[in-house]
Amino acid sequence: MIQLTTILRTTLLAAIALTLSACGESEPLTEGSEPQLRRLTEQQYRNTIRDVFGGNIIVAGRFDPLERIDGLLALGASSATITPAALERYESLARSIALQVVDENNRKVLLSCTPTSAGARDDSCAETFISSVGRFLFRRPLTNAEQALYTTISGSGAEALGDFYQGLAYGLTGMMVSPKFLYVNEIAEPDQDGLHRLDGYSKATRLSFLLWNTTPDAVLLDAAEAGDLDTEDGLEEQFNRMMASSRADHGLASFFEDMLEFERFDILEKDPVIYPAFILDVTEDAKEQTLRTLTHLLLEEEVDYRDIFTSRKTFISGSLGPVYRVPVDNPEGWMPYEFPEGSPWAGIHTHLSFQALFSHPGKSSPTLRGQAVREHLLCQKIPEPPGDVDFSDFNNDTNAVNRTARQRLVAHNEEASCAGCHKLMDPIGLAMETFDGAGQLRTMENGVVIDTSGELDGISYSDAVGLGEALHQNPSAPACVTHRLYAYGTGRSPVPAERQWMAYLEEKFAETGYKVSDLLQEMVLSDAFYRVIPPALDTNTADAGSVSAEETQL
Amino acid sequence: MTLSRRSFLRGTVSGSAVAVGLPFLDCFLNANGTALASGAPIPVRFGSWFWGLGHTPGRGIAMDGKSEITFLEETQPLVPHAKDLNYFNAFNTPLDGRPSAVHFTGWVAAKTGNVPRTFGDTPEPTLDVIIADQIGSDTRFRSLDLSSTGSARDSYTFRNSTSRNAADVSPLAFYQRVFGPGFVDPNQTDFTPAPSVMVRSSVLSAVHEESKDFLRTLGASDRARMDEYFTSIRQLEHQLALQMEKPDISEACGIPTPPPEDEALGIEIDVAQRNHKLLTDILVMALACNQTRVFNMLYSQALSLLRRRGESFTHHTLTHEEPIDASLGYQREVAELHVTSMRALATFIQAFKDIREGDGTLLDNTLIFANSDTGNSRVHSVDNIPIMMIGNAGGRLKTGMHITGNGDPITRIGLTALQVMGIPIERWGTRSLETTKSISEVLV
Repeated sequence: MIQLTTILRTTLLAAIALTLSACGESEPLTEGSEPQLRRLTEQQYRNTIRDVFGGNIIVAGRFDPLERIDGLLALGASSATITPAALERYESLARSIALQVVDENNRKVLLSCTPTSAGARDDSCAETFISSVGRFLFRRPLTNAEQALYTTISGSGAEALGDFYQGLAYGLTGMMVSPKFLYVNEIAEPDQDGLHRLDGYSKATRLSFLLWNTTPDAVLLDAAEAGDLDTEDGLEEQFNRMMASSRADHGLASFFEDMLEFERFDILEKDPVIYPAFILDVTEDAKEQTLRTLTHLLLEEEVDYRDIFTSRKTFISGSLGPVYRVPVDNPEGWMPYEFPEGSPWAGIHTHLSFQALFSHPGKSSPTLRGQAVREHLLCQKIPEPPGDVDFSDFNNDTNAVNRTARQRLVAHNEEASCAGCHKLMDPIGLAMETFDGAGQLRTMENGVVIDTSGELDGISYSDAVGLGEALHQNPSAPACVTHRLYAYGTGRSPVPAERQWMAYLEEKFAETGYKVSDLLQEMVLSDAFYRVIPPALDTNTADAGSVSAEETQL
Repeated sequence: MTLSRRSFLRGTVSGSAVAVGLPFLDCFLNANGTALASGAPIPVRFGSWFWGLGHTPGRGIAMDGKSEITFLEETQPLVPHAKDLNYFNAFNTPLDGRPSAVHFTGWVAAKTGNVPRTFGDTPEPTLDVIIADQIGSDTRFRSLDLSSTGSARDSYTFRNSTSRNAADVSPLAFYQRVFGPGFVDPNQTDFTPAPSVMVRSSVLSAVHEESKDFLRTLGASDRARMDEYFTSIRQLEHQLALQMEKPDISEACGIPTPPPEDEALGIEIDVAQRNHKLLTDILVMALACNQTRVFNMLYSQALSLLRRRGESFTHHTLTHEEPIDASLGYQREVAELHVTSMRALATFIQAFKDIREGDGTLLDNTLIFANSDTGNSRVHSVDNIPIMMIGNAGGRLKTGMHITGNGDPITRIGLTALQVMGIPIERWGTRSLETTKSISEVLV
């Protein structure tokens, strides 16, 4: 019976969606999928602490890595658990942060009240602090029960330790080890037509982590509380406000960090003998260069998304100047720069970041680079390689015949089991062979001029700049970023029933000239972005009831 | 003797007798004179040691069917420890039609008894997690997980696909975690629990209780994730409770020297080996001081990225790219790197032997499950994966033996390790890897 109802509803929705879609105006109707329970990412945790307590609080700790699922760590967050060792680290980190918050310098700024006695409990002052910061840590107002609990912890701690501030630190520690802080828990509520949507606070949280990658600010939480996020006007007002903030740059940069697998910069190594110029400053600035370029082009200049593969505009720092052979006036800062026409650098795939990240520690890799373009920029999965790969022809040192990567790969691909996948990757990566494993420009390999010609899905090119133009024309590129952004925002991959919605989103993206800010707006102002199917609840725990209105009123 | 021990285990499989029976088993097995002066039995520890890319075929040990191990070129560093280990070969990994995910299937099968469907698929827990569930709750740390590669992701210990234990990689941070604030020296004469520990404990208890309402909005899969969170919070509460009690005296315990400040992390082989040694020295003392009973050490990844300074090839890329030396008949540089892995293992074993404990050494009271991911580094075969059991597990394990599997499932080795560690289990593994046959030859 349940199955039949579900099938009928799905069929009905599909029919409505098809009709509306045929009109070419309204977004297709969707049911969505289950709400997500997402563990805060390291950056979200750090940003939240910075925004709630200020930038001088040091977050000195290690975070457990997330699994990359369907191309994004953000999706790994939706299935991440907290192991005993991870909780031990969270608790230690929470104590460290809490003790900084209440230290003699910070308490003056962060606490709006002074306790009656610094050596005793003061529940009134503790409650004021707990309720004000708890709202941002839990991303909603605390319930009465929560308020009472953390105030009591603070008071008991003060009594045990003979210090109001120490006690308060433990109240704060408690909040920061609670799953209500460490996990973003999305809550469903009934919507019209028997469908469900996220509640206001969950909407605010989804918006905030998508656009700013941090906890919602007071204005956004106020809007959620007032019900403004349930109206298109209210949503639009918040969207416009948030996009006008400099935090939107950080938000979009966080998305691309995830999409481009930039977390690997944390463990990126280059051999200091082979690449002596690849020092730590260069590594850090290489990542920053690409993220600055992306946010500038997409949010400030609002260029066509596909231009990121062809644009010669970028930013150069003092440490990057020698790599790109560009004189830098101020070695301490960043300067906008446009490579001259005919330059070998055009498009983010020619950046040092991309070239170095998708190479080996001591040499370039056309295969890794080609794989990265396919998987990260075009969302095309390359199958795993077979186990018994014989790459012995691919040896730089002893192979007198095959002196370039192209020659060696051609020889390698005589193996039928290898050729199938390598032909998807190698022509792309070979176009970038004029950049060595550390992204430095070269023209020869082992005394032979490097041939960078190739073809991508039917479009031929002669070098990496031409490859960028082929990527610009490839319909998979804008479709890829559309899917990734939606998945990043919702914490899950689009479900099959959202196929029409995704097609609609891609179409809208094209109509707006592939402007990412317009794509974000279309997504954020849609119903589909917030549509959810309530999970089947466990009756043993569900009968505890939802949080009542009375409980949420302090 | 073997039969009676197994009978005992079977007798405790079902019903509440398990929880009661195992401590008796501990007493029984430790009645060989290796008790501490305080009278408390010396705990038995379990750990894993992993290295990537195995051996060159024909250069690991002689597959001669003899009961003694004949160490060949690549395992020569282990010769001084010949009497302390068992070497298992000719055990296989039937795939049952599933693809072999390179650098993944082999070690996952050896450690979980299950052939994954795809890369990243790990529905079954690793051996150490099963054992930690049994013996890991009475120590400050449920397990200590380490990697010498500099990346916390390089850790082959997990409960399932979404619950992985990240590795400690920095010797300095690891030292601080174990011997920094929170460490209670078991040999100090006076003991006063810190008031802050009591407050921390009560904070966790309160949060634990209050957070239960979180479950009511969650679907089944998310509730399972929260169950893991609650397990974690209980474990942390337990750790703090232990810090409020005076610990049992441990004569072998001594606070190690802090690692040097000039720390470098990474995959350059000299750096990795240095960190492996530093991490090992802290680990053995953490074990001697009863901070944990379970550990994992990853020396190199399955797809070993270790490389020499100035070389453009990693250990792994060399296995594919180095031509076979015509005069030698094997890949020379690869073989040399395989030897360095065994040298690191020898260092690891020696560190356990250097800790005197009771009438013997720490190694006598430990079982180290050392394995790689492939039986043939050049073609990455998942059959004949090299596995060793090192140490006597508190007198439960015979050592110095070469065990030939004749193509039996690799899970026979894991099942044996589980039973040695007192897990009441009769069968282990899935599909063709399921087995009820442990390896009785090595059991005392």
